[in-house]
Amino acid sequence: MATAKAKSRVARNLIVLWTVCVLAFLYIPMVAIVLASFSKARYFRFPVPRWTTQWYDKAMDSLSIRDLLWTSLSVATLVTVFSVALAFMGALAFARYDWKGRKLYQRLVLLPIFFPQAVLGLALLLWFSALGITTSWHTAVFAHMVWIVPIVILIMSIQVYSFDPSLEEAAYDLGASRFQVLREVTLPILAPGVISGGIFAFLLSWGNFPLSLFSTGADQTVPEWLYSKMVMGYTPMVPTLGSLTMSGAAILIFLFYMVWMIIKSRQSRA
Amino acid sequence: MQGQANRFLSWLRQPGVLNAVPASLFLLIGFAGPLLMVFGYSFMPPKTFSLFQEPTLANYSSVVSDSYYISFFWSLTLAAATVVILFFICYPIAYGMAKVFGKWANLITVLIAVPLLISENIRLFGWVLVLLKNGILDGSLQAVFGFSASGMLYTVPAIVFGLVYVYLPFMLFPLVIGISMIPDTLKEAASDLGASRWEVFREVELPLAMPGIMIGGILTFILSLGSLAESKILGGQTVVMIADDIESAFTFAQNWPKGSVLSVLLIALSGTIVILLFRRIDLDRIIGRR
Repeated sequence: MATAKAKSRVARNLIVLWTVCVLAFLYIPMVAIVLASFSKARYFRFPVPRWTTQWYDKAMDSLSIRDLLWTSLSVATLVTVFSVALAFMGALAFARYDWKGRKLYQRLVLLPIFFPQAVLGLALLLWFSALGITTSWHTAVFAHMVWIVPIVILIMSIQVYSFDPSLEEAAYDLGASRFQVLREVTLPILAPGVISGGIFAFLLSWGNFPLSLFSTGADQTVPEWLYSKMVMGYTPMVPTLGSLTMSGAAILIFLFYMVWMIIKSRQSRA
Repeated sequence: MQGQANRFLSWLRQPGVLNAVPASLFLLIGFAGPLLMVFGYSFMPPKTFSLFQEPTLANYSSVVSDSYYISFFWSLTLAAATVVILFFICYPIAYGMAKVFGKWANLITVLIAVPLLISENIRLFGWVLVLLKNGILDGSLQAVFGFSASGMLYTVPAIVFGLVYVYLPFMLFPLVIGISMIPDTLKEAASDLGASRWEVFREVELPLAMPGIMIGGILTFILSLGSLAESKILGGQTVVMIADDIESAFTFAQNWPKGSVLSVLLIALSGTIVILLFRRIDLDRIIGRR
């Protein structure tokens, strides 16, 4: 019996070790980019001979980089607002109510997530040009939503599945109007799902490349610019801007984590 | 007629249907519409830009007779390799997250999900910096051991490496769900009845975790099949994958009908796999599990 226990302890330690290794592996490229952004040489080499922060100063001063960030920010913000609104209703239909046709609806919602994004982007490019719409960052908002709305529906649904409908019914019985029920009962309970859905929508749009590539027309988002410079005309701005967008995402995730913790501690107190 | 209209109206008035309307309409316009149009274009004469011409099968026959089967072959092979490698990498971690780590599992979930929110491009570029000649790996090896490991970038293994790296969470999370659906008591019962560890794994664990394994496998297979960035950034065009072909047909070659045919074939391939999967799996049970 003792040997079996020892064996399972070894297995457990191996699993822990393996997990730590893979987690480290996931973060290696991020570390590499941050290192490269502080390297003075025009072309990256390792070990880094001399360090500098000049690329950050240059990035801050550059008007074209400001434009890129502004385009990405506008796209991601609009995508977040529209996706959350559409997906909130969509998630109620996905998980809260039982209706004829729901299974078909669930499949319609899931298909775009499984779909190759590059092909989706090209199909949308054809679609816009057939409808006579000139592509710009506005059309990119639409293109991102085709992929992001389903994901947000899925994320919110996880919360909606654990929602107790009798709470809504109780509020109706006590004389609350439809709007009051939504504002006072449904939304507060589903708030964590709505917030995480919104954060995901923002970050997925912020980092999206394949859909932006074909739907932004003459405008350019940050990931598109990074890609074009990686392929042709490399500049040290690539790791610099990469590090900047990564830190932006990290700050947002950290804020989200704090909000999440506050909501959780409030709920456990209530 | 009247009765049917009334029945439709009362169906429409259900709260579930009303809530489904905006998202469904949006997806019909933004997803079903474009795909139907691609399907339509695939029957138009080559190198034309209008949808209102006599339908033809010329594109399909030219795609079959051209060498596109090579890029399909590469995409299928690389996707299959990715799935197999990911399964072996992720299974121990998924097992740990479902059965061993306890409270720590939440933190690990967050740590694995965070890279997903950073642009795929940026992460792949990070690997370029690592694998580059005089890059982080090559440079450290030279400094420490005095030998060089350049030439790892722009190869087929580099593409598979990129696919494994990018799609790891999509294999891991379904596996975690699958493995956490196995009741511990069943495994104990099996070993009490004299089954060896391997037998418990093969006869109890694996079959019960199968829904999760299937979802993870198919998800990563389809995503790798349609991938574009990995072969471009890490592969440097050593191999042309099918998404590359589709892109160049639509952009450089300006041959929309040919690009459409290739898209239709790719969609048909992945669509068949997804539909077969959905038929065997109960979504409510997997997503809604507490």
